[in-house]
Amino acid sequence: MHSVSVKDLKLNFGSVEVLQDLNIDINDGEFLVLLGSSGCGKSTLLNCIAGLLDITDGQIFIKGRNVTWDEPSQRGIGMVFQSYALYPQMSVEGNLSFGLKNAKMPAPEIAKRVARAAEILQIEPLLKRKPAALSGGQRQRVAIGRALVRDVDVFLFDEPLSNLDAKLRADLRVELKQLHRQLENTMIYVTHDQVEAMTLADRIAIMRAGKIQQLDSPNEIYNRPVNKYVADFIGSPSMNFMNGKIGTKGLTVGDVTLPVDGYKATGKLAKGEVIVGIRPEHVATGNDVRDAAFRTKVVADLLEPMGADTLVWAQFAGHELRLRMDGQVKLEEGQEIEIGLSAESMHLFDAKTEERL
Amino acid sequence: MADIASDMARGPRPKKAFSLPNIVIYSTLTLLAMYYLAPLYVMVVTSLKTMPEVRLGNVFSLPRELTIEPWIKAWATACTGLNCDGLSRGFWNSVQILVPSVVLSIAVASVNGYALAFWRFKGANILFTILLFGAFIPYQVMLYPIVMILRDIGLYGDVWGLVIVHSIFGMPILTLLFRNYFSSLPLELIKAARVDGAGFWGILIRVLLPMSAPIVVVAIILQVTGIWNDFLFGVVYTRPDSYPMTVQLNNIVNSTFGEKEYNVNMAATIITGLVPLVVYFVSGKLFVRGIAAGAVKG
Repeated sequence: MHSVSVKDLKLNFGSVEVLQDLNIDINDGEFLVLLGSSGCGKSTLLNCIAGLLDITDGQIFIKGRNVTWDEPSQRGIGMVFQSYALYPQMSVEGNLSFGLKNAKMPAPEIAKRVARAAEILQIEPLLKRKPAALSGGQRQRVAIGRALVRDVDVFLFDEPLSNLDAKLRADLRVELKQLHRQLENTMIYVTHDQVEAMTLADRIAIMRAGKIQQLDSPNEIYNRPVNKYVADFIGSPSMNFMNGKIGTKGLTVGDVTLPVDGYKATGKLAKGEVIVGIRPEHVATGNDVRDAAFRTKVVADLLEPMGADTLVWAQFAGHELRLRMDGQVKLEEGQEIEIGLSAESMHLFDAKTEERL
Repeated sequence: MADIASDMARGPRPKKAFSLPNIVIYSTLTLLAMYYLAPLYVMVVTSLKTMPEVRLGNVFSLPRELTIEPWIKAWATACTGLNCDGLSRGFWNSVQILVPSVVLSIAVASVNGYALAFWRFKGANILFTILLFGAFIPYQVMLYPIVMILRDIGLYGDVWGLVIVHSIFGMPILTLLFRNYFSSLPLELIKAARVDGAGFWGILIRVLLPMSAPIVVVAIILQVTGIWNDFLFGVVYTRPDSYPMTVQLNNIVNSTFGEKEYNVNMAATIITGLVPLVVYFVSGKLFVRGIAAGAVKG
């Protein structure tokens, strides 16, 4: 049984189509990440699932029950917000128990659940404090706790880590993953951060302009992006793109002919204009060059050392090419390096539709 | 000796109490304060003088023999028309008008502002514009129509009629105040409360109002001073035995028989002004904070 199903969901604000015919089935216990740049509709979709926005058309099922017309509190969801949205006048305990009191739950049961959530999130010493006396990380824990006490099937996260500093974000990210393992709830998580998406998700839905571009496992999205947008969005530094052509001689970019034997095309490769994509980390350098089907030399125009890696900017076949090398490599700007490209590490997209070939 | 420099920089910066700029600033401020306090001073000293002393005409001189007789007379025995129980009757009338008016207008305006800020319905903006437009219509235009309405619903001359009028006339500005304050709160707070199962009233009463103290204080101050100082509505919509304090003050001060008792008049005026004055002193700090909070976002 699917935990959450969205069927033909449509949402219009006036004449603006914000979400168009969305269909998603989320499995029980799955961690699904909605990923996209701002304005793509990912938070809007989450709000629709939560019942905070009235949808224009379509249906939403949670645990097999049609909740399209239910109030948020009746849907069996808990939600965590970017700004924490804690009630400032209530203590941590008050924040955690507010929803349970609204549900007219008996006091001993409330106390039990608050204690359990506080234990899981390690916020027991903070229970009597007001939100103003908490740090950002502690506030976000309380916000997660507020969803936790409701003992729901589905957790919704709306960019929960975006307001935290980088180190805390990394820590809480791991804790979230552990929490998911411990609770085994379904989690839907909205973010614009691809690292969060790749590390947390069982599946990622990449959204753009109210539509889902690709819904797949992080690996599949990284290795087989369905179009140029997804290929560009996932990966850091982002993929190199070059304009090429498939002709009688094979694949040519500028005056260079590249190998296509071994490329796993989705269909038959037809002749015509294409976009060649290659990730900076998949440009072979050093000893790996020997195994590559295509070898050439480029000049390192610019170096960006980042410790573990060094990003090298070069020119190749009339295009800018970024490639990632070992951080400790001995290299100077202007120096010539040997690189290798192979068909397996390339991505080909139709020049017009930008769909994967 | 290398430490001298750091030693010198330690501690608070020495202040020169009698520098030239300070002298100029403080003498100017003192002069201005005296200028503005002079009328109050005259009122206080006159109200503590006996009538023979007032007749001498030295308005700035201190009373030679202190008396609180004028205060007692102003409060308890001064005559207005047939009643000779001073301002006390007007005071209690005003309290009876004030308390329900303030409570009612703030209760309704907070709901208005809340609905306009978070539960946008069709035509919400138009309704809000009309409401604000109401604030610009001169009261005088509406005086007589309201008399007719109150007569028809049987509240003309009744204290409750005046309560309703005050509540309605406070509505535009109070609604604006509450709407702007609520709009400045994060929308996610409302969303969180909805997920937690709070409804329209639950969110307002249990989430929003407890964090609205500054804006409620502003509303109270605006309403208390406005309603307490109101004269026009009081004189038009109530009968002599339920006249508010301001109307009674006027009747005492303008009574045409006999000699003008300036000391009693001064005392009566100060007594009438005490309520708004106390409100300002008690809540001045909160008032500023609340006005600033409401002004952040429109």
